[in-house]
Amino acid sequence: MIRDAFGIIYAGEEITNLRELVDRRTVGALPIGGKYRTIDFPLSNMVNSDIRSVGVIVSRNYNSLMDHLGSGKAWDLSGKGEGLFILTPFSLRENPGVYRGKVEALKSSMDFIRRVRHEYCILAGATSIYNFNYDEMMRFHVESGSDITVLYHNVGPEHSVDELYWDVFLDLSDEQRIRGIEINPTHTHLTARSLKSYIMRKDILIYLVDECFSKGEHSFSENLIRNNVDRLRIMAFEHKGYVGMLNSVPAYFKVNMDLLGSDIRKELFSSTNRIFTKTKDSVPAKYTKSANVKRSLVANECVVEGSVEDSVLFRDVYIGKNARIKNSIILPGAEVGDDAELEYVILDKNVNVRRRSRLVGSENHPIVIGKGDVV
Amino acid sequence: MRRKKKIVAMLLAGGQGSRLGVLTAEKAKPAVAYGGKYRIIDFPLSNCAYSGIDTVGVLTQYKPLELNTYIGTGSAWNLDTMTGGAYVLPPYSVGESGEWYSGTANAIYQNIGFIEQFDPDLLLVLSGDHIYKMNYKWMIDAHAAKGADATIAVIPVAMEEASRFGIMNTDDDMLITEFEEKPARPKSNLASMGVYVFTWEKLRKYLKSDANDPDSDSDFGKDIIPTMLAAGEKLYAYEYGGYWKDVGTIQSLWEANMELLKDDPPINLYDEPWRIFSRNPNEPPHFVHEDAKVVNSLICEGCRIYGTVENSILSSGVIVERGAKLYDSIVMADTMICEGAQVDMTIIDEQVVIGKGAVVGEANDPRQTDKEIAVIAKGMEIAPGDIVAAGKEVRDDS
Repeated sequence: MIRDAFGIIYAGEEITNLRELVDRRTVGALPIGGKYRTIDFPLSNMVNSDIRSVGVIVSRNYNSLMDHLGSGKAWDLSGKGEGLFILTPFSLRENPGVYRGKVEALKSSMDFIRRVRHEYCILAGATSIYNFNYDEMMRFHVESGSDITVLYHNVGPEHSVDELYWDVFLDLSDEQRIRGIEINPTHTHLTARSLKSYIMRKDILIYLVDECFSKGEHSFSENLIRNNVDRLRIMAFEHKGYVGMLNSVPAYFKVNMDLLGSDIRKELFSSTNRIFTKTKDSVPAKYTKSANVKRSLVANECVVEGSVEDSVLFRDVYIGKNARIKNSIILPGAEVGDDAELEYVILDKNVNVRRRSRLVGSENHPIVIGKGDVV
Repeated sequence: MRRKKKIVAMLLAGGQGSRLGVLTAEKAKPAVAYGGKYRIIDFPLSNCAYSGIDTVGVLTQYKPLELNTYIGTGSAWNLDTMTGGAYVLPPYSVGESGEWYSGTANAIYQNIGFIEQFDPDLLLVLSGDHIYKMNYKWMIDAHAAKGADATIAVIPVAMEEASRFGIMNTDDDMLITEFEEKPARPKSNLASMGVYVFTWEKLRKYLKSDANDPDSDSDFGKDIIPTMLAAGEKLYAYEYGGYWKDVGTIQSLWEANMELLKDDPPINLYDEPWRIFSRNPNEPPHFVHEDAKVVNSLICEGCRIYGTVENSILSSGVIVERGAKLYDSIVMADTMICEGAQVDMTIIDEQVVIGKGAVVGEANDPRQTDKEIAVIAKGMEIAPGDIVAAGKEVRDDS
């Protein structure tokens, strides 16, 4: 990269629309695509952009995230002096340990931010997946004389706005300068949706966070960005590739299904920017004589005896004889008994579906079975 | 000064494994792939890790590049600890003279300096040629309990096969009375597994005197063990009852792989407390297309399957294109089977391309199983439409 940068991933976002899936984990730790967790994408994007120090801000229920990240070795982030830093909640005089917004979370992480010796900061969230290299965005940031550059993607003219989501739309000038911001609009003609990933100089970040915090302002988009669009030169940079938003159960379902399409799969997994994740010593997947699998992603250690169609099987999933799985997402360790039938179902980790059970959801309302449940 | 170790393991990984033909043309036998995601050396290294042995010297000689890269710091097997480690030990030169390892015992002899750094009580000698799960701790305990000078792991084999192995004749207490290398008329069916525990002080003495004997081949089986027996040292056999497979030939490698496809495979790779460690490539889950058919097979991550795969084992990153058919075959990493190609009873090494419509292993009748196994060497390209006969070896002749 043309400038020296460190990364911060904000994994403290809470998305209650993901219901049971985030009961015991943060969105960053959400299993996705058969073997990944959401945070693998922003982390790999940073590593692929030659960023050597990354702080991950967590706020609640971060056990499974910490377990996944470990020392950061899987992302090559365990070098001497640099690497992965997990920034756990820090009880300041002013806050009781739960962040009221990203500004407060950044304020709590100031020790880390001041200590890292890099001029620029790249911020990203952990609620969407995309494969992106920050090199060009940094070049744009420097060459356009930008104070803050916001990454966005174009949702197209016919997008629908769902008021349940916390979406930020950007109003852009011809030279890509941000003139205004609409936060969570019910109707908008804007099509540039912010990916909540930013580049700015570290000293600007520190100044703006301190300023917002001193005024009791906690929202990054609302306060730190929107209130400064006239005072600062805030530019936007477009990511033209695929973006998978994980902001509700149907959206989570759709993103997994998107990965069954060859173009999106190729873009996310076969490009030169590889997505890294913690690997395990798992046995190759086994198909028995009665297996019948079509258009599916299957991770290691699965044993498939039944039929599976348009589905994603994570590690160590067992599909019994004559079981029929269609349009479903089965998280690690789940077991589906003989003759069971699943359609539009998300089974969380270690769920056990007894033989001859039948669960049928729909595309917009997939059935979610919580971690460890027996059906 | 390094800390004293009770035991140091030395893993003999320098063998060519010439009976594996083109599969070992560019790599040593312990680096040969098995079961889709493993290499043979994963087994002894994982056994060491689970047996609490953290100091392992890996003796390499023949085509060591792939093996050295694979072992790295040994972190994949939890061997990158503060006081232990995996040490790759190639032959080195001393003063004016450089010397290859002339035999298994000579390889250890040349590394006495390495071993002495740890001042061990015992030396465990392993070979990197076999697939097995074994807790060396129990064997080490038996060694101590008997007050042995050497303990040799043995496995009962069928009497009619015994003449292919090094056979131990023992008394009722498992004290070895005689060792016969490939006897024509075996008196016992206890075959040596190539796993030895030595009391280091004793072995060092015999290694040194062996080095002064110009007529010796400096081989454990041929020279050291018979000499120790003749000198009246106490050598005990330790009987091992589990799965142990020498994958020294194309046929046995193929069989060992195919055994994993049985409903109840003889070796349990799912064993939670004894999970075989290996380097795990960072690949997405494998993808099976709507036109694909996959039955009775093992498939690794990173594969993309658009064609038919039956009774086969695919390592990571293998692509089987539309209309391609694969039967009874073993395909190693990053190989591509192009559209309409047909492969039967074949072991295909890494990074091979089987061209469009090519026929490998004459797949006229996929149900016929007594055919010979064809082998395609690493990096070869079979031209579109080419035919490779059953049992043929394809290698780069240039």
